[in-house]
Amino acid sequence: MDEKQKKQLRWICLTGALYALILIILHIGPGASLNVFPVNFLLFLIPYCMVGWKVIRKSIINISHGQVFDENFLMMVATFGALAIGEYSEAVAVMLFYQVGEFFEDFAVGRSRRSITQLMDIAPEYANVERDGKLTQIDPEEVKVGDIFVVRPGERVPLDGVVTEGSSMLDTAALTGESVPRSVHTGDEVISGCVNGDGVLKIRAEKAYEDSTVSRVLDLVENASDRKARTENFVTRFARYYTPVVVFAAVAVAILLPLLTGVSWQQGLKSACIFLVVSCPCAFVLSVPLTFFGGIGAASHMGILIKGSNYLEAAAKLKTVVFDKTGTLTRGEFSVTQILPAGEVSKEELLKKAACAEHYSTHPVADSIRRAYAQTGNDPAAVDASEISENTETAGHGVSVVVNGQKICAGNRKLMDAEGVAVPPVETAGTVVYVSEEGKYLGAIVISDIVKPEAKEAIRELHEAGVAKTVMLTGDRKASGEAVAEELGIDEVYTDLLPADKVGKVEELLSKEDKKSRLAFVGDGINDAPVITRADVGFAMGSMGSDAAIEAADIVLMDDNTRKVSKTVWLARRTMRIVYENITFALVVKIAVMVMSLFAVANMWEAVFADVGVSVICILNAMRMLRVK
Amino acid sequence: MRKKFNIAVDCANCAAKVENALNEMPGVKAQVNFMTQKMTLEADMIDDALLDKALKTARKIEPEFEIRK
Repeated sequence: MDEKQKKQLRWICLTGALYALILIILHIGPGASLNVFPVNFLLFLIPYCMVGWKVIRKSIINISHGQVFDENFLMMVATFGALAIGEYSEAVAVMLFYQVGEFFEDFAVGRSRRSITQLMDIAPEYANVERDGKLTQIDPEEVKVGDIFVVRPGERVPLDGVVTEGSSMLDTAALTGESVPRSVHTGDEVISGCVNGDGVLKIRAEKAYEDSTVSRVLDLVENASDRKARTENFVTRFARYYTPVVVFAAVAVAILLPLLTGVSWQQGLKSACIFLVVSCPCAFVLSVPLTFFGGIGAASHMGILIKGSNYLEAAAKLKTVVFDKTGTLTRGEFSVTQILPAGEVSKEELLKKAACAEHYSTHPVADSIRRAYAQTGNDPAAVDASEISENTETAGHGVSVVVNGQKICAGNRKLMDAEGVAVPPVETAGTVVYVSEEGKYLGAIVISDIVKPEAKEAIRELHEAGVAKTVMLTGDRKASGEAVAEELGIDEVYTDLLPADKVGKVEELLSKEDKKSRLAFVGDGINDAPVITRADVGFAMGSMGSDAAIEAADIVLMDDNTRKVSKTVWLARRTMRIVYENITFALVVKIAVMVMSLFAVANMWEAVFADVGVSVICILNAMRMLRVK
Repeated sequence: MRKKFNIAVDCANCAAKVENALNEMPGVKAQVNFMTQKMTLEADMIDDALLDKALKTARKIEPEFEIRK
């Protein structure tokens, strides 16, 4: 509770005590003789002004700026109405109760706002930099690239950099949600926002503060509430119409109710006042954005960065989730699992030729072939680079090089077909790299990617969360792609896709979706940025280093745990459920009180409950978002 | 240029109203975020004079609006 709130609370208590005192004086003993107009009116006017002057002042200021319909105005009119029909004590009580409710509302919103921002509190406060032989704490923004800073045990790493001295365990939980600490040594890259364990680290800043991970993450999350969900916009629009409609209904009630049903004008006015009190849209305009914000906060605590509440809303409607196989379902670490030479060729010869061909390639497959070759105990480089006279790499096909005048090709079947090399079919689950020299088939190397241990569980959880269809896209051949899909329990699989085909495939899948459902694409962000952009919800995974992926994705997963995808869907559904709960609850209570007031069975107390009471309950309900683990 | 300020604003609705009012100032693009209690201003030149004007505009809508330095 801050100073302002404490003052407010004291003031409310004081007024409440005075109000109680006046009630006692007027109703018990000799004081009862004072309970006549204008004495009682003047007496009640004191606590009324004490608690209500702020409301009245605000509503007058707002009217002078041309903003008529706000809650202050409504409370003013409603209590003036009560005063006019001689319900002095009720007017004070309503104003008092309204202020108590407002206080609780303020308090609850403030607290939830703080606990959510606390979840995202990864900003380092200072950096220890050596200046004139002394360690000084300076603002992280003042640290320049290349500066060496010291991180002591328990401190937060302020900027991205490379360890130059020392080793320690880093707690990355605040960034990735991953609770296992990471060990770092001299030469390792560290990202800002991690908390240091018990070693002292000297780190050279590689990026300025504003480009460092922590500041990018904060920017992303803080701006997330600017991209509003449709439900949020709907609520704001709804509030804009709701209030005037109820106010005019109140006028109609005040006039028509006595005329049509013959109740007293006083009763008509009373019903109208109740309408006015109920017409405040606070419960909607407060709780709905708060729930979304809570959802985004809870997600970022788990290492899931959601760029806007609109994506959270869309994630709740996911019916199809498309995975790019490599890097999301599998580790993206290829290793040679089989060497199948043809005819007279030896295994070693085949591997060497393949390593030659892949000399310049940066493709993961090339990496694994070179690694396998190096492991045979030969010179790590299969060929002297100067012997390679020509080198072409065709995406989705393979590579071909000319070494000492001999053309060596390594790639998939398409490449072999293009080269006119006849190859026998190799049936195996894995990527097959065919190797040929001068048009002669040398054999095949089988490379498999390791499936992530949690991938199967993640797919099952997605189905449980209500995702109807999971799809896998891969550049692999049919046999290997289907084997992985079956192992993981994926519903549909499209194989033999070139990177460019993936956009088309996702578009095709998008066109099959009906209006209410959404499609997500999950990629590792390395070369699938266009597909990530094209999908309704684009996930980039394990991409804390890749700017392109963060730029393109709607939801960024800080580490490469596949289960974060299902967690996101689950969290999104929970958020939407709470949003709808709040909207329904508030509407039902408000309409019920309005109807009751028409039949003269509701009083001001119920009306104030339907306003502030409902708001507080909705806010408390929204806070359940924070208890997500 | 673009600059971020810490602010104090009481309710989500007021924040939205203040945002609309600030955006009506010529040459200013503003975002007022109730949840993070932050305001982002975008203008050719953000100086004390502009900030003062922004504060006055905001206070007309929401008397308790504050910019924390």
